Amino acid sequence: MAQARTSLPRTIAAHAVLIAYTLIALFPVFVILINSVKSRRAIFAHPLALPGPQSFDLIGFTTVLHQGDFLRYFENSMIVTVSSLALVLLFGAMAAFALSEYRFRGNTLMGLYLALGIMIPIRLGTVAILQMMVAGGLVNTLLALILVYTAQGLPLAVFILSEFMKTVSADLKNAGRIDGLSEYRIFFRLVLPLVRPAMATVAVFSMIPIWNDLWFPLILAPSEATKTLTLGSQVFIGQFVTNWNAVLASLSLAILPVLVLYLIFSRQLIRGITAGAVK
Amino acid sequence: MGNLKLSAVTKSFGMVDVIKGVDLEVNDGEFCVFVGPSGCGKSTLLRMIAGLEDCTSGDVLIDGARVNLTPPSKREIAMVFQSYALYPHLTVRDNMGLGLKQSGASTEEVRQSVARASAMLSLDPLLARRPAELSGGQRQRVAIGRAIVRTPKLFLFDEPLSNLDAALRVHTRIEIARLHRELSATMIYVTHDQVEAMTLADRIVVLNAGKVAQVGAPMTLYNDPDNTFVAGFIGSPQMNFLKAAALGLQAETLGIRPEHLAISREAGEFPGTISHVEHLGGETNVYIHTEPHGLLTVRLFGEHEFAVAEAVFLTPDPARRFLFDAKGDRLRE
Ligand SMILES: Nc1ncnc2c1ncn2[C@@H]1O[C@H](COP(=O)(O)OP(=O)(O)OP(=O)(O)O)[C@@H](O)[C@H]1O
Ligand SMILES: [Mg+2]
Repeated sequence: MAQARTSLPRTIAAHAVLIAYTLIALFPVFVILINSVKSRRAIFAHPLALPGPQSFDLIGFTTVLHQGDFLRYFENSMIVTVSSLALVLLFGAMAAFALSEYRFRGNTLMGLYLALGIMIPIRLGTVAILQMMVAGGLVNTLLALILVYTAQGLPLAVFILSEFMKTVSADLKNAGRIDGLSEYRIFFRLVLPLVRPAMATVAVFSMIPIWNDLWFPLILAPSEATKTLTLGSQVFIGQFVTNWNAVLASLSLAILPVLVLYLIFSRQLIRGITAGAVK
Repeated sequence: MGNLKLSAVTKSFGMVDVIKGVDLEVNDGEFCVFVGPSGCGKSTLLRMIAGLEDCTSGDVLIDGARVNLTPPSKREIAMVFQSYALYPHLTVRDNMGLGLKQSGASTEEVRQSVARASAMLSLDPLLARRPAELSGGQRQRVAIGRAIVRTPKLFLFDEPLSNLDAALRVHTRIEIARLHRELSATMIYVTHDQVEAMTLADRIVVLNAGKVAQVGAPMTLYNDPDNTFVAGFIGSPQMNFLKAAALGLQAETLGIRPEHLAISREAGEFPGTISHVEHLGGETNVYIHTEPHGLLTVRLFGEHEFAVAEAVFLTPDPARRFLFDAKGDRLRE
């Protein structure tokens, strides 16, 4: 079947394009990784060379792990990202379910209002957010970041998930109602598993901006105890001197957790896509 | 026990009136079929009986008790859906047992009920599978089994056979008829297939645009329709409608079933030209163009040789004709 619809030259061309794209996309990552294990001299002399016996140097990693509380930053980033994601997915899915499932006055308006957040960047409200956090005594806590990121992620989550939830069979939900399942069980046991691919999409889209964000940690939680990884790495970038070894090493380390989370979610993504296609 | 009474129920979605006042009584043990064209509100009416949709006005009574405010799970009903609607994450056994379990039955009761239902539908080999591992026909049997397990007062079916292929549809139809006899339960069945309606029903409710057009036993609707809508909807091929004035009758329309319209090469009441002939073996359908009645159908039993473009004469059987007034209501002779 696959042969009937594709010819060899076409397959080669398609793969060539995809491979070229992959190379371009991976190149910066590759450069970061190889240079993170090179000595400072080697980084500047031959930035594209692979680390050899002479240029190999773990100074970057040792600096990162000893100077500053790198593990603490790491932990902070993880806590903030995972908690925000969990909240975005939970509340986003619940709001999406309500919008797609129940007929009530103002349903459409509510949907539009929630979608508005996609178009208006949350950073416009930074001053107000800061005032609010000061008033609530939340400055320099991870909770402040989690709250802001949850708010930032919700509009897109509600938008994508409510579209998906409309496609879940109404008969299935009605069968659950006749069998006496509560609306919560219908939501958690029947609907959520069926929109898992959409949840994974939302998770991937929401995760990267949260992990990489420098703005809100700098404004809301710059204390030593609450610094995130991205903010923590900034100590190596000075106005006059930049410790490139340390910057590259911390960036390499910062890639890892995102990669792991991405792998978890993308498995779901692909499983969802193929399950629909094969049936 | 299980009788149903609808009194003046209506349903509007926003500005659109979908059900425009339906009164109906379904007796205990009756097999009642709702038929009507697509979009006439059959499913909506069924969902209102189930409690999945609120009534805009009017009352729904099950066994004499008003259930307008009772949630679906407390109405002691079971519903079989067109799309099967099995829970994808549960095995067949758990799918069937879930409703009973939710209503607080003991594990032993659930096990016995599932065993009884699965024996009735020969589902035993499938009990450990998940819905994804079943064929369409098997899924529909499981969905029917799930309905039986709860021993409900009312069985509601919403076009349960329309996703099945022709052979399976006949088979499952017979199975449903058998279940109705064995359980002697009240069943309400929605379909737009009139063969299903005629073969299964004790009583048929013909719906047209949110209103009941006629209620009656299948043969009553066939032999004694109240209006042109029912006359045209029940029976296949469709009834012929002739212009009564052109035949010198005091009515707007004359309805005559294709088997009661005589065809002859020599003489008859009015002439026409054959435009198409269908040979089905057991019967022959002849389509004839006439002035001013348009295309008429004649149904002949056995094999007959007619050629396209042949000139013929037609005569309606006066004993089997129906007369209708300008509004489409029957004029009884
Ligand atoms: N949730 C809804 N909101 C608005 N209109 C609706 C809704 N559900 C149904 N309708 C309308 O109500 C009418 C009746 O729908 P219903 O599903 O009862 O038709 P049906 O007789 O079951 O048709 P079919 O044979 O195609 O299943 C249709 O015109 C439909 O557009
Ligand atoms: Mg329907």
